[in-house]
This record gives sequence, C-alpha cells and structure tokens, in this order.
Amino acid sequence: MNIHEYQAKEIFRKYNVAVPNSKVAFSVNEAVQAAEELGSNVSVVKAQIHAGGRGKAGGVKIAKNLDEVREYADEILGKTLVTHQTGPEGKEVKRLLIEEGCDIKKEYYLGVVLDRATSRVVMMGSEEGGTEIEEVAEETPEKIFKEVIDPVTGLTPFQARRLAFNINIPDELLGKAVKFMMSLYQVFVEKDCSIAEINPLVTTGDGEVMALDAKLNFDDNALFRQKDILEFRDLDEEDEKEIEASKYDLSYIALDGNIGCMVNGAGLAMATMDIIKHHGGEPANFLDVGGGATAEKVTEAFKIILSDDSVKGILVNIFGGIMKCDVIAEGVVEATKQIGLEIPLVVRLEGTNVELGKKILDESGLNITSAESMADAAEKIVSLVK
Amino acid sequence: MSVFINKDTKVLVQGITGGTAKFHTKQMLEYGTNIVAGVTPKKGGTEVEGVPVYNTVQDAVDKTGANASVIYVPAPFAADAIMEAVDAEMDLVICITEHIPVIDMVKVKRYMEGKKTRLVGPNCPGVITPDECKIGIMPGYIHKKGHIGVVSRSGTLTYEAVHQLSEEGYGQSTAVGIGGDPVNGTDFIDVLKAFNEDPDTHAVMMIGEIGGTAEEEAAEWVKANMTKPVVGFIGGATAPPGKRMGHAGAIISGGKGTAEEKQRIMRECGIKVAETPAVMGETMIEVLKENDLLEKTKTH
Repeated sequence: MNIHEYQAKEIFRKYNVAVPNSKVAFSVNEAVQAAEELGSNVSVVKAQIHAGGRGKAGGVKIAKNLDEVREYADEILGKTLVTHQTGPEGKEVKRLLIEEGCDIKKEYYLGVVLDRATSRVVMMGSEEGGTEIEEVAEETPEKIFKEVIDPVTGLTPFQARRLAFNINIPDELLGKAVKFMMSLYQVFVEKDCSIAEINPLVTTGDGEVMALDAKLNFDDNALFRQKDILEFRDLDEEDEKEIEASKYDLSYIALDGNIGCMVNGAGLAMATMDIIKHHGGEPANFLDVGGGATAEKVTEAFKIILSDDSVKGILVNIFGGIMKCDVIAEGVVEATKQIGLEIPLVVRLEGTNVELGKKILDESGLNITSAESMADAAEKIVSLVK
Repeated sequence: MSVFINKDTKVLVQGITGGTAKFHTKQMLEYGTNIVAGVTPKKGGTEVEGVPVYNTVQDAVDKTGANASVIYVPAPFAADAIMEAVDAEMDLVICITEHIPVIDMVKVKRYMEGKKTRLVGPNCPGVITPDECKIGIMPGYIHKKGHIGVVSRSGTLTYEAVHQLSEEGYGQSTAVGIGGDPVNGTDFIDVLKAFNEDPDTHAVMMIGEIGGTAEEEAAEWVKANMTKPVVGFIGGATAPPGKRMGHAGAIISGGKGTAEEKQRIMRECGIKVAETPAVMGETMIEVLKENDLLEKTKTH
C-alpha cells in the first residue's frame, strides 16, 4: 500500500525523523492559509499524488510570497500530472503539501528496503541525492553504500556512523544524521514498511539534517496490525475495480486487453496471461481468486471482470489444490445467473473435485465452452473474441 | 529414492483443528501420508480424523516422534508456529500459510541460523514424493512415481507442470513448492542440490516467476554444478512493472526481475526454457531425448 508524502511526514514527526514544517491543503484558500500559518519567507507548493517525478512534471513550485502560493496552488490543484510513474493517462492532483522553504546545502539519498538475497533489511545511502537511485546504481554504483541490518539488534549506531561517513555527511552533522537513520529504521520495522525512501535527504544552512521528500510503501500482509496506516489509504489513487476486488481479498490488477481472466494461484494467473498473449490475444486483467475462495467470492470476482467494458470474453483457468473446482463452478453459475452473460466464456477445470465441478457447469445450461488444457483454452478464447 | 520426504516421514500438522487443515489432513491421510500428530493450543487431548492433537509441538514430538511439520496456522501466528517447530528440532517444516508479514519472516530466518531444521515455504503448496508421502495441499491424483524432480515458486503452476509430465508418462521423484514470498526457507539452489545428489532423479523441471534474482542465481549454480538436465519456465512475461502479481515476491521493481532477463540467463547457463506454460512437459521430453534419457526416465 502507498501513502502520500504529507502522510509519510506525519509518521516521521511521530518518530522524530526530522522534516520541514508543512501543512496539507485541499483547496487554494487552505493552501494560502497554510502558508500564512507556516510564516516562512519562501513556501514550497507540492502536488500530492502516488507517483514520483512530480517536480519535472510541474507539480512542485517555489513561492516567494502568499500571492505566488495562491497562483501556484490554483495552477497545480486539479491539474493532471504525467510523470514516468503515472502512465500516459497521468494523475489528477487533489491535495497539496505547503512546506516552508529551507536553505539546502547538499542533497543525499537514503533508502531502507528488504534485500531478498540476504533476507535482511538493508539501509542504502548515497551522496548523489535528488536523482533516481536506479540511475546512480547504473552509472556510479560505487557511490551507493549499504548496511545489512540484523533484526535482533536493529540498525546499530556504528552502522549508521559508517554509512554517514561513507556518503560524506559533514562531521559536525554526524550526530543528527545518525539519529535520523536510527529513527527511520524504527519507522520501517514498527510500521511494516516495504520501502522507505528519502530522496533527497538534505543538510541545511542552519545545520539540520532532514527529509525533504518522503516515500513510504507498506507490506500489505501486515496491514491487519497497522490500523492507523490503513486510514491513510486514498481511494482516488487506486483503480476502482482493484478497490472492489480488495474488499473480497481478491488479487486483481487491471490491464489493457480484452480477455478477462479468472485463475487460481498467482503463478498460474501470470502464466495464463502469458499464454493468451502467445496465442495473439491480450489479457484484460490479472486475477487470482486465491486458495480459500468461497462461491460468493468467485461470484464477486466474475462481476468485477464483467464490469470492465473492454472485456469481450472470459477465460476461467482453474487447477484445484486448496481451491475446489466445484466451488469455482458454483460461483460462475451464480454470477451469470445474477448478472447475465452475453460474451464468450471458456472454462478449463482440473484438480481437486474436478468431476463435480464439470458436472455443475454441464447441468447449469449456460453457454460455456469447455477446454481440456491451457493451450486449448487460450486458443479457444482468443478465436472467440476475434 | 526421493528428496526431503519419503514413506518413513512422520508428519505433524500445526493448526490441525482449522477448516482448511482438517480438509487437507483427510486428503493427506487418504494419500497414505503417515500423519502421527496435530497441534492446536488448548485443543490437546482431542482428535482430528483419528489423529491425536497436542497443545505444543514439543509435546507432540516427544509423544509421537514426528520429524516433519506442516503449518496451516493463520498468517498473524504463522511465524511463531515456524519457530516453535524449529525449536522442537524438527528435520523439516513446510509452511503452507500465505500472507505472513515479511518482517516476521526476516526474524524467522535469523532465528533459524545455526539450527538443523529445513524450512520449505511459506506461501507454498508443499512437498510430495508420489506414492509415498504428500505434505501440503496439492491434488495427489495428478502425480505419478518417477524420475523427474520438480521445483517451483508457484503452487498451481506446479500442478500444471506435474499434470503435463504425468500425462506424457513421466512420473516425478519429488515435487517441491518453495513458495512465492520474497523471504522464504529452502531456495531453488537447495532443491537443485538435493536433486543432483538423488540417484533416482534423472532431470529437473524448474518453475520460476518474475521478481528477485533467485532464478538467475540458480541458473549460475546449474551451469557450475549440475550433472543432470534442467528445463525451466518463467511466469509473468506479460506482467506490468511495479505491480505485485498476487505473490508478495512477484514484482518487477527498478527494471529488475523481468521474465525476459531470467529466461536469457537461464538459457545462457544451459537450461532449456519452455516457450509457453502449455509446453513444459513437451520441452522436458525434448531434453530427455537430447540426453538419451527418454527410455530410462519413462514411467511404465
């Protein structure tokens, strides 16, 4: 799950991770009022969307007075920003962060991520702040320093010092940098983050070390114990069908094609998309109904697929293990009864209770094309939607 | 022969009183798995499908001599369940549970350092040695006893591969689902090593997916060490970057972990990669032919 920069900074304040003073605004008047209350000479008006690259897209402006705050807030609010992370359709700005300007001495990069190779949390730093870390990794990998963290001790002060020295934080700011890093690690583990990225981390003219930007992503699997994080969810930033799917614990991702897919298991769901493409079709979605699906869940999954107007045919590919084929069959029948079905449906069932599942579909009287194998299923649905 | 489990494996089911666990305990028993105990706190003294239930793993191990555990405990408590089994010095722990927070697994991996237990999973279908022992949630009837080792990050895609192999007449020595999480126990290389050393395994089917670099590392290991042919498949060639494709570990991030890159490195390391998931079995047969193993490997 993603949150906005201003929300990440709220969390940082609670954990004493230094950030500039700032306020969120949902309208132009609120933006001006926020700048007035902050009372700084210079204010930064920042678009709040769940994507990076806002600056380059014109979503971050520096205002020297309240009139300029009004002008920029008016300009950015409601604007659709297109960045390298939003896709070509872009994202509409509905929230602004008004932040006091600060006297930047130097920009750094600091990130905390899970390192899959070591099964440990790693803190990464670089003195090449402000640019994409992927670019730094590509061009000057020697400028990225890593500390692998033992979960028993957490990030230790010597590791934080070593990282600070490696990225050339000035000696007089060492203490503040170490405190920043230790607190950031605390946020990462206590809030179940999957990514904590500060780009840039800045040192300022008045001797501060603070997060000028903040990106936090969270481990969806841990949200059951992070109720306060769940409250930060912004549904405007998510696909409607993905929101609906998440209500039923379905794993759904919208894609650009016209063949709706309902599959059990993430691996098989991906492979089903791949084989549709291989046979010349385009998948409309990724949908894993999961292991513990009930007939009701399958019904909802079917409705979500059908709510996508671009879907011209549906492929159901089930290999029952923990999931029973008869449950899938019942769900499919129930869904089509409830909402009707006017487009081709190809079903391939195999695995636990397969005979029972096939029987339910056969006796339903629905117009279902059955398939014997994955290749057979893909060929059939591709030819039916053409 | 086989890897990790066989007819002598004595199995304990953690969380045995839950609905899913009950269903699969029955299925495993019907398959012939030697289930000797179950564990659910406060349910000690009861029975599930005729299997005695204990309050703690240690108690169950002491009373029954169980040496492998399978975990169906809900995600918030699953990491603790793994550690309880590790503490009781089980040889093998297979964790089926999905959606365990990754920070919990980081701690589990640290806890397991220096301990004897092998962990398979989490978020996996389990391990099966056909006709001997089935531990997990896979449908038993698609498997046949034979000489192909199968290792996979995905559950249902493993069934697909096994089904294709069995239909063609090529049984399996053991099929191991290592799970789709970014932090897991046994990895591809551990399983490949075991298959390499197992005289009854003639060739290996390795099924990966987008995200991370486990397949690339395994491919390098195969090139340097493997004496048996390996066939591969990677799911997610059409997956968009930055999206988590169901499995917590299946995500292309920062341009890394694409199917294309994995397939390229696997091919460079001498692994034949199936073009589509429908031809995993066929590709294995081609490779067996090339290596003059076809007759020797066919299951009669």
